[in-house]
Amino acid sequence: MSFSKLARETTHSFSKLARETTQRFVDNDLTPMGHGRMLRKEDPRFIRGKGRFIDDLQLPGMLHLAILRAPIAHGRIVSVDVSAAEAHPKVKLVVTGAMLAERGLAWMPTLSNDMQAVLATDKVRFQGQEVAFVVAEDRYAARDALELIDVEYEQLPAVVNVRAALDPSSPVIRDDLEGKTDNHCFDWETGDKAATDAVFARADVVVRQDMVYPRVHPAPLETCGAVADYDAVDGTLTLWSTTQAPHAHRTLYAVVAGLPEHNIRVISPDIGGGFGNKVPIYPGYICAIVGSLLTGKPVKWTEDRAENLTSTAFARDYIMHGEIAATRDGKILAIRTNVLADHGAFNGVAAPTKYPAGFFGVFTGSYDIQAAYCTMTAVFTNKAPGGVAYSCSFRITEAVYLVERLVDCLADELKMDPVELRLKNLLRPEQFPYTTKTGWVYDSGNYEPTLREALRIADYAALRREQEDKRARGELMGIGVSFFTEAVGAGPRKDMDILGLGMADGAELRVHPTGTAVLRVSCQTQGQGHETTFAQIVAEEIGIPPADIKVVHGDTDQTPFGLGTYGSRSTAVSGAAAALVARKVRDKARLIASAMLEVSVADLQWDKGYFHVAGDPAKSVTIQDVAMRAHGAGDLPEGIEGGLEAQICYNPENLTNPHGAYICVVDVDPGTAVVTVRRFIAVDDCGVRINPMIIEGQVHGGLTDGVGMALMEILAFDEGGNCLGGSLMDYLIPTALEVPDWETGFTVTPSPHHPIGAKGVGESATVGSPPAVVNAVLDALKPYGLRHVDMPLTPSRLWEAMNGNPQPPI
Amino acid sequence: MQVPAPFDYERATSVDDAIGLLARLGATARLVAGGHSLLPMMKLRLAHFEYLVDINDLHGELGYVKVEPTRIRIGAMTRHRELLESPELLSSFPIFHDAERVIADPLVRNRGTIGGALCQADPSEDLSAVCTAVDASCVIRGLDGERVVSMAEFYRGPYETAVGNAEMLTEVRFPVRPHGSSAYEKVGRRAGDWPVVSCGVAAWVEGGVITDARVGLAAVGPNTTGIPAISQALRGRAPSEDLYAEAGAIAAAYCAPVTDQRGSAAYKRHLAAELTRRALRRAVARIDGREV
Repeated sequence: MSFSKLARETTHSFSKLARETTQRFVDNDLTPMGHGRMLRKEDPRFIRGKGRFIDDLQLPGMLHLAILRAPIAHGRIVSVDVSAAEAHPKVKLVVTGAMLAERGLAWMPTLSNDMQAVLATDKVRFQGQEVAFVVAEDRYAARDALELIDVEYEQLPAVVNVRAALDPSSPVIRDDLEGKTDNHCFDWETGDKAATDAVFARADVVVRQDMVYPRVHPAPLETCGAVADYDAVDGTLTLWSTTQAPHAHRTLYAVVAGLPEHNIRVISPDIGGGFGNKVPIYPGYICAIVGSLLTGKPVKWTEDRAENLTSTAFARDYIMHGEIAATRDGKILAIRTNVLADHGAFNGVAAPTKYPAGFFGVFTGSYDIQAAYCTMTAVFTNKAPGGVAYSCSFRITEAVYLVERLVDCLADELKMDPVELRLKNLLRPEQFPYTTKTGWVYDSGNYEPTLREALRIADYAALRREQEDKRARGELMGIGVSFFTEAVGAGPRKDMDILGLGMADGAELRVHPTGTAVLRVSCQTQGQGHETTFAQIVAEEIGIPPADIKVVHGDTDQTPFGLGTYGSRSTAVSGAAAALVARKVRDKARLIASAMLEVSVADLQWDKGYFHVAGDPAKSVTIQDVAMRAHGAGDLPEGIEGGLEAQICYNPENLTNPHGAYICVVDVDPGTAVVTVRRFIAVDDCGVRINPMIIEGQVHGGLTDGVGMALMEILAFDEGGNCLGGSLMDYLIPTALEVPDWETGFTVTPSPHHPIGAKGVGESATVGSPPAVVNAVLDALKPYGLRHVDMPLTPSRLWEAMNGNPQPPI
Repeated sequence: MQVPAPFDYERATSVDDAIGLLARLGATARLVAGGHSLLPMMKLRLAHFEYLVDINDLHGELGYVKVEPTRIRIGAMTRHRELLESPELLSSFPIFHDAERVIADPLVRNRGTIGGALCQADPSEDLSAVCTAVDASCVIRGLDGERVVSMAEFYRGPYETAVGNAEMLTEVRFPVRPHGSSAYEKVGRRAGDWPVVSCGVAAWVEGGVITDARVGLAAVGPNTTGIPAISQALRGRAPSEDLYAEAGAIAAAYCAPVTDQRGSAAYKRHLAAELTRRALRRAVARIDGREV
């Protein structure tokens, strides 16, 4: 038997065997050539438990790292004694802040140009802060050895309240910063103060409301972790880590650790949920790298649940004062707000450099108003650093909550129906592209049909009749509405960067000789279904079925540079890159096809998958034929190189602005104050829809987030700075039993500048749903004369409010 | 991942074997049944034991619901799920079904046991309120034989019971009397959460008057306890909304809640009244056949 025949036959049998073992699990009869509903390509591995996460990784000789954390929120380190831990028979290494300081590694830059301690040297500044680490033969021994480290603290008063933090008598948390004499972090303002004050001065009606968006936590199912493997022989570092932004992290490691960037490989394997929690660089990653450098072995660090909840990036923690001015007949004129922002012990916010408050500037919402102004003071406290994280679109969650609550408060003041008030003030389609009073340009929008569609699905008039009947019987039913405009897909490099890295993203597409393809992208899926969506984007452009397109991501050695996945930017930025690189490949394919068909390029027609001669469809070549020709024998047209591949870097012209209208229906038990979310209608407009099933999944998840934040989630602290949300028994996240069957709908207003008209959608529901739930509960409680109650609307907090004792949560 | 400190592990083959192991190993040993409270506490390193004595092999010996003419006996290793699915309990004491539906989640209910739940003695534990309402007694076996204690005697404080070092809770038993029913009401912040407050009621009605009624409240004091004053107030009186409200008022006055993340003391006191009223109303409706 000849070798080639043998190879053919064994290959055939291998592929038959592979088919038999995989196809049994494939139930995917919806196979669009491009956009459309199809099951996710990545799901077979996840539903069979074959996902490969950081903690699944086992390397020969791998050691385990555990971190000793501060038990108190604020205290000076008097002494650290590691001798007993070092004597543990399974311990290989114990490292303290002082030891890191000797190597210049005790501090690292945050994504906001602040410095954060890797291991505390002088003081601990929040409960859960990293103080020392142990590397041992197994994770049990590493954890046991932590108990053998003796740290003496001189306890200092903890500062947990932003107002107290600004008091001149408050202890200074950041005495590591030269000349720092207070806890002030930064001031920020946007809009036109004089113009806004002038409009307020002549308005018929002004409504003022204080509101708190409490600190919450993303709490991804998979906690953070890393495996660092430094090869001392060739000087390369491979770091498997839970990161939403592998390329940006690699550059920062090069800067911080001084390793040449080309010798660092960051791999982000399957990620069990990010929600922004996996954007920052955590001290644990640096510790793992140091551990591997010092031991010469691979070192694994896996955070436990308490560590994740108490020390990693939180979200929100905004104390807002809002004011809205309007005419007596309900024309909104201006919005004014002042915000106190709690940034924790270090300013670790992940937001574009020029936007210290993220995109909070979009607080004017979806309304046609005359003026707006915002001032903000950010403050250091003895709480964990981070901020922005949790599907918030860089603080748009807070902005939308503020404006949508204010509009409901205004409706209450004017005794107007909240839907009528919104319809009277929504931006009109002819106003787009629309520049807001705070300088944001909304790319496109057609708001009224979206709201009308939500009203239709809900049967709003019938709901109001039902509510009237129930009120007459003493039952508490509420209907809440919210309308949001998102701003996602950061961003144009002229305006947006993170630590100097422009927010443009690369894509590379290679079509193989047999006509299958591999797309390499810089963004990183954490469960959003990129391997499907991005294959569909390419399929739509070059007519290769999604099943034949592999999407490679999460490995800096295998993918082009880009800033990763957060702020709903993947489809908006990398999705655009994927479409454009596919078009670039198609343009080349067209030149080869014209030679194959012996007609001029002008006489060729593209028909998703093949070129044919105009007027003669029988004379055609498929994209697969072209791929083989591009790699095969025989001459190519003059000036055409072999192969069929392309690479681009996409710099978005603007953000994309998805919008949506949400309606929530709740029942409140008058005796126990328990809220039941009975119905939730979500109509989303995210432009052109690539895979509607994946969009619905994103929306369902975000709505669940929203119900959680509105009703139960809060990362609370006691007066001593102890975190009260250190486990999932204390930090509550909703289950399927707390949420209704979601009722979703859609409208389509394409983005004018995105190559396929798509907009991001990943965070829309998290942004839009909390005010809908809160508005619904306040609507139910109209008989109690309440205009506002702060989240979370737990039964106890709500009952206190119903009994005349509404309390802010912090 | 949270990992516990080192411990040794023994697997008991019988109740006598388990008690023998406890006697030999002393106070540093602990029984593990379902393990859903104990193991997380060990992983969080809030609890340290040198030995765990696993009694899951005793399910055959101690996993039962036995209905006798005048009493029901439940083996200590009977799992939550078996209580939830027991047709005998559903027809005679629906309070078990009510409570088990809202205890934790299916994963915990598949493993957790009634004995483990009671011995954990968490102030917020649901089954302790149920057992208090149905006037249960606990059978404790040691090297020298068995003793039987009431629920009031069983609890000594938060996470403390009458079960000694070389002893084991083997059975929970309670009387069956005609013309009665029961109900359980709970307010939690989320499905599967510990109660903010919960209330179990068992009541008996004959000739239009309440002959006896018992109330057990959880999460409003250091231990779950009965409220004899409610029983005294209800006996001999005809059920009515006013009477339920009166019982609720006694519950609110009697309980000793504290403010915490689950709710304010005032709210919990209010719930004690509201849930007592609701559970009484439902238990009586069940006696009349007006509700199942």
